[in-house]
Amino acid sequence: MAKGTIIRFDISAPKIAKKVKAGQFVILRVNETGERIPLTVADKDEFAGIITLIFQVVGKSTALMRSLNEGDLIKDIVGPLGQAAEVEKIGTVVMVGGGTGVAILHHVAKAFKEAGNYVIGIIGAQNKDMLILQHEMERICDELVITSDDGSIGEMGFTTQPLTKYMDERHDIKLVYAIGPIIMMKNVVALTKKKKIPTNVSLNPIMIDGTGMCGGCRVKVNNETMFCCVDGPDFDGFKVDFDELMKRNSLYLQDEKDSLLFSIK
Amino acid sequence: MVNQDVKYLKFKTYLSTYCPHCNNTLNVETKENKSVNFKAIYKKEEVELKLSPYLDVFDVECSVDLKDGTVLEDLICPHCDTSLINKSVKCGECESPVSEVTIHAASKLIPFYICSKNGCEWHGLTKRDERRIKLKIPRQAMPEQDQKLRIHNHQEVPYGYTSELALLEAGRCLQCKNPQCVLGCPVNIDIPSFISLIAEDKFNEAAKKIKERNILPAVCGRVCPQESQCEEKCILGFKDEPVAIGRLERFVADYERKMDLVEVPVIKEDTGMKIAVIGSGPAGLTLAADMRQLGYGVTVFEALHETGGVLTYGIPEFRLPKSIVQFEIQYLKEIGVRFELNHVIGNILTVDELLEHFDAVFVGVGAGLPKFMNIKGESLGNIYSSNEYLTRMNLMKAYKFPEYDTPKPKGNKVVVIGGGNVAMDCARTAIRTGSSEVTIVYRRSRHELPARAEEVHHAEEEGIRFRLLTNPIQYIGTDHNTVKGLECIQMELGEPDESGRRRPIPIEDSNFTIECDLAVVAIGTGPNPIIFQSTPDMELNKWGYIKADEETLETTKPFVYAGGDIVTGSATVIEAMGAGRIAANAIHEKLSKKRKKKALKRAKMAPLTN
Repeated sequence: MAKGTIIRFDISAPKIAKKVKAGQFVILRVNETGERIPLTVADKDEFAGIITLIFQVVGKSTALMRSLNEGDLIKDIVGPLGQAAEVEKIGTVVMVGGGTGVAILHHVAKAFKEAGNYVIGIIGAQNKDMLILQHEMERICDELVITSDDGSIGEMGFTTQPLTKYMDERHDIKLVYAIGPIIMMKNVVALTKKKKIPTNVSLNPIMIDGTGMCGGCRVKVNNETMFCCVDGPDFDGFKVDFDELMKRNSLYLQDEKDSLLFSIK
Repeated sequence: MVNQDVKYLKFKTYLSTYCPHCNNTLNVETKENKSVNFKAIYKKEEVELKLSPYLDVFDVECSVDLKDGTVLEDLICPHCDTSLINKSVKCGECESPVSEVTIHAASKLIPFYICSKNGCEWHGLTKRDERRIKLKIPRQAMPEQDQKLRIHNHQEVPYGYTSELALLEAGRCLQCKNPQCVLGCPVNIDIPSFISLIAEDKFNEAAKKIKERNILPAVCGRVCPQESQCEEKCILGFKDEPVAIGRLERFVADYERKMDLVEVPVIKEDTGMKIAVIGSGPAGLTLAADMRQLGYGVTVFEALHETGGVLTYGIPEFRLPKSIVQFEIQYLKEIGVRFELNHVIGNILTVDELLEHFDAVFVGVGAGLPKFMNIKGESLGNIYSSNEYLTRMNLMKAYKFPEYDTPKPKGNKVVVIGGGNVAMDCARTAIRTGSSEVTIVYRRSRHELPARAEEVHHAEEEGIRFRLLTNPIQYIGTDHNTVKGLECIQMELGEPDESGRRRPIPIEDSNFTIECDLAVVAIGTGPNPIIFQSTPDMELNKWGYIKADEETLETTKPFVYAGGDIVTGSATVIEAMGAGRIAANAIHEKLSKKRKKKALKRAKMAPLTN
């Protein structure tokens, strides 16, 4: 089982493709016994009726998705879900993305670019092979910085380093968008808070229905209980309780292992 | 089934037959306990007559050849050799001579006349006496799965009536002239008629009678709170126990389904008009069925990957088997209702877009947003909303994990907060999925528990503990950020509040902690905002639910109707169905007018075009 593999799906879903906006997600269920998996839409082609999903194989369900071949059918797909990112012309925006978060970031960045903003992209991954959508981002962004943990591509280090540099050099940054691992978003927010630059983050916690029904995706935002699936997934980064979110997201790891073992049997 | 025999024995003991002349008993002991047998002499041969619990003399057994229609001219008491024929009375149906025995029922001696013609079922009891006897038939219990067994499986708890039990229970109905039960039913099922059909052994006809008003009898028979609706109004309930209307409803619906007697109803001529229904729960399904039968094209949009709404994701298998829900929905598909799964209206299509393609829209999306207590520690791991807990277990079949991929919420010691049916469902689901200790925490007393008495009873039988007059203060977490305890405070009841229930007041310094490794919050739900966000011209009421006209259920947006929990807040399945019916009638009326206007216009135009 190649853990960590990053996969791209182009799914024919004309109705969703027509409606989906940057920042919104879909939930899919591969087969009858499958989980409902929330995945944010990375791109869409309204005319061809196609939506693009990019995800990393982390557990049983994503492994199951990996086993699908071109032309296979997915049992259920529902969407678009969640609030779309608020996109308007504001000037210079910095888009920070880490890991598969770049997939979501790509859709948002594209929308910001189309709205006429100056888009600076900072994308990072563990290594060269795990970096996604590099060329697409290059096309969208006015400036793009790439980082990798091991230095195999771009600058060695984390996305926060170029971000610090940009914030020191430029004073016209109106908005930062951070999408990626919770720890990365937490660190980005810690930096932008000092400079008082508004920062949006996109959260991707545990969900079942994606329509506000189960409350499993609850997060503390500004000390209020919010549901990611209907109130989010994008929130004001200054107000999100990241520590709590990290705790909640780590809860299902053991279950994932149990489920995988069963399917291997 | 031992239980049933006890009931029949009871019937025998309160109904004994005696000779009116020598007062000796005529009863015959039989192995079969289902009837009262009594004996007499006819042509020097002993004959045995059977008196059924429904007061019909339905059989005569003897060695004399008795063809249907044979008149037993003279029956003689085997003890005193006196003729039992009473010459002053004639059969009310065939005018044959009648025999008289005394029956001892309800501590009264009542003369009971038996028509001597074999096959005639006339019994000659006055209505008053018949009532007196019927009043003594005890309410029949449903046989159910043993409590020790059932906590290890997810199968339904009650098995339902057997036909004998149903006949006996139906026999209790007094057939009131002004049946109050009908008024107690939100969809006004003709209860006395369907019960009298059961008593006549016409189970299929009884099922059809119910279906005139209610398309989901198998569901309602199981989950309706009859004790606060039809059965609450039953006249028998004032002195004794009411007729078990719900159990009878369930029986005939199951009978019809199992015997494959379900018929597709006549669909009226196609009106050429189309209705969109949002949500496939009880309100939407009822409306869909009604509108389809009236000749409309109906499309139901469902957000989840399975139809049924709360019937599917909420109510557990052991209380409402999913196969029954799907059977009822299959019936709708057969009459031509279309279902579109995975459609979150508001997102993929707005109500306005629906109105471009449909003549009217019905919003029956329920109240699905879970409420939390907003106390400290609520975001710890292993704390679930009842919606999440039940959705995982029911819809995603997590109880079959790891066969199904959705992880099962695991807990050895489980605390469920809340006292409604949903809380009972969660607690009983927990005990079935291997939790050793399940506690329900409720802030008022037993008297105020909003759950159905039957559910509370079942929960207690299954070993669920109740901590009443207990209010949660905060959750206590482990080092791994999962819950390990619930700190509570003891309450006492004060003066009644605006809801009429006595307000619970905390007792100072009475804090204590209940140990738990899983907690479920079942304190109610609120309206889901998705549909409102894209439909700003649909007004809300002060509680945040959709504002709908009381009589027609039309919202402030023309041709958009709403009903069920999204209008009333959390209520019952049958109330939602009632709303579906009201809206269906209103939509039909409004669209009929529209059609007539159109037709009129066309008629006026006709001479010009000719």
